Amino acid sequence: MSPLKRIAYFVGLPIVLIVLWYALSFGSTNFFVPKPIELAQTLWTTWIGDRFFEDVLPSLGRLAVGLFFAIGLGIVLGLLIGSTRWLRNLLEPLLEFFRAIPPPVLVPLLMLLIGVNDSMKVAVIISGAIWPVLLNTVEGVRAVDSVLNDSCRSYGIAGFARIRYFVLPAVTPQIMAGVRQSLSIGLILMVISEMFASSSGLGFTIVQFQRNFAIPEMWSGIVVLGLIGLGLAIIFQFVERRVLHWYHGLKEITHDS
Amino acid sequence: MRKQRSAAAGPKAKALGLGIGGIILFFLIWEAAPRLGLVSDRYLPPASEVLARLGQYLTEAAFWKDVADTMTSWALGLFIATVAAIVVGLIIGSSRFLRRATHTTIEFLRPIPSVALIPLAVLIFGTSIESTLLLVVYASFWQVLLQLLYGIADVDAVANDTAKSYGLGRLARVRYVIWPTALPYLMTGLRLAAAVALILAITAELIIGTPGLGKQIALTQSGGAISSMYALVLATGMIGVLINLGARIIEKRVLSWHPSVRGEVVL
Repeated sequence: MSPLKRIAYFVGLPIVLIVLWYALSFGSTNFFVPKPIELAQTLWTTWIGDRFFEDVLPSLGRLAVGLFFAIGLGIVLGLLIGSTRWLRNLLEPLLEFFRAIPPPVLVPLLMLLIGVNDSMKVAVIISGAIWPVLLNTVEGVRAVDSVLNDSCRSYGIAGFARIRYFVLPAVTPQIMAGVRQSLSIGLILMVISEMFASSSGLGFTIVQFQRNFAIPEMWSGIVVLGLIGLGLAIIFQFVERRVLHWYHGLKEITHDS
Repeated sequence: MRKQRSAAAGPKAKALGLGIGGIILFFLIWEAAPRLGLVSDRYLPPASEVLARLGQYLTEAAFWKDVADTMTSWALGLFIATVAAIVVGLIIGSSRFLRRATHTTIEFLRPIPSVALIPLAVLIFGTSIESTLLLVVYASFWQVLLQLLYGIADVDAVANDTAKSYGLGRLARVRYVIWPTALPYLMTGLRLAAAVALILAITAELIIGTPGLGKQIALTQSGGAISSMYALVLATGMIGVLINLGARIIEKRVLSWHPSVRGEVVL
């Protein structure tokens, strides 16, 4: 495919949609529907400046800390639980139950236990985002190739080396699949924790706009959240490509043959 | 293999026993922590108190009304999202041009967190059930659509060409070639969407205040009825477990012909 055609495919539909939006909202005085240019201006004036440092950055910071601990703890605990059979049997039904609890209900619960502060919001993100990583890691450790496992054992590879060179690479595809789910859950929880109990942050600000009927500002907030989601997805894809390049390569080869 | 299978009955029973033991252990710790004063029982009431409250809830009509409200928005939202995603997915998936042209738009819209739509839902629908539906449909639509598109992309080119040269029309190919290939992916999408739909249904009730279990949790929390709140949280967890189990059973039923499921049975 020629590069020109590729670009056309890439931007074609978005341009058509924006033009359509522009045309349809041109003469409209509908209070709820923003116009494209107006929205772009509002986006700029509302979010660039003080608000960026007071609301957006702290929100992103909490999200980053929460996700870091959720993923880290998820992998470590997952490796531990997955490689100890009795521990796995002991905890599996319990973990299934915890995963099934819709994470947003933990917001009022943790508010009570920790109080309304930053650590509560981080705890909410951790307590919701840890499950996909944890359970996928457990599942992955359980499904490691038994031949490779026996080979490791007969070569006397044990302890840390076994985890570093055999278990961890083997479960990385599963871990990454879990991380992908964790990212979106983490983002949702960041917003909810701020909507429910906060006086700052992205979620709070957007709800505030809506309550004051500041409609263009509200829409611009939705766009900001969308951009953050998109940014996370792009970062994830980049990291996944790097971490799992061997895996994608392997899959391509086995598909070809 | 055979040896493992015959030995499996013993360890399986043992695993089940350990699992039940784990649950009992968890409740014992929960019971002990507030009783020993490790956590104030104003914030974490003992397990027995919460379980008793849950048992009491189970006899109350108001509780079942809340459950019915939550499950209605869950089921309705999931149904609308699935039908919409299947229609859109089959249309986009059947043409290379559409697949390529919609790629960026889908990749852009998909990561938008559905909770970003909460203010919009409040503005348009207020605290009626449509608010919940908007969030549930938006969130579960992408889960199903993406899996379906992956599935359609996985269709064997040779099988498709064979069907073409045997004179199968477009519709027949969708029915006999594309649909069976995409079905396992679709079921995965449905399973994910079922869990996500519950999360969003509860979220909407919690934040917006549409009727249902989530609203009740927010009310009990602000009213200081702490053991009631814990009981309701347990109830949502149980609904989640039931949904996960149900989705897995349906997946197995629908895909009983598929190697991935057949394989599990043989092992």
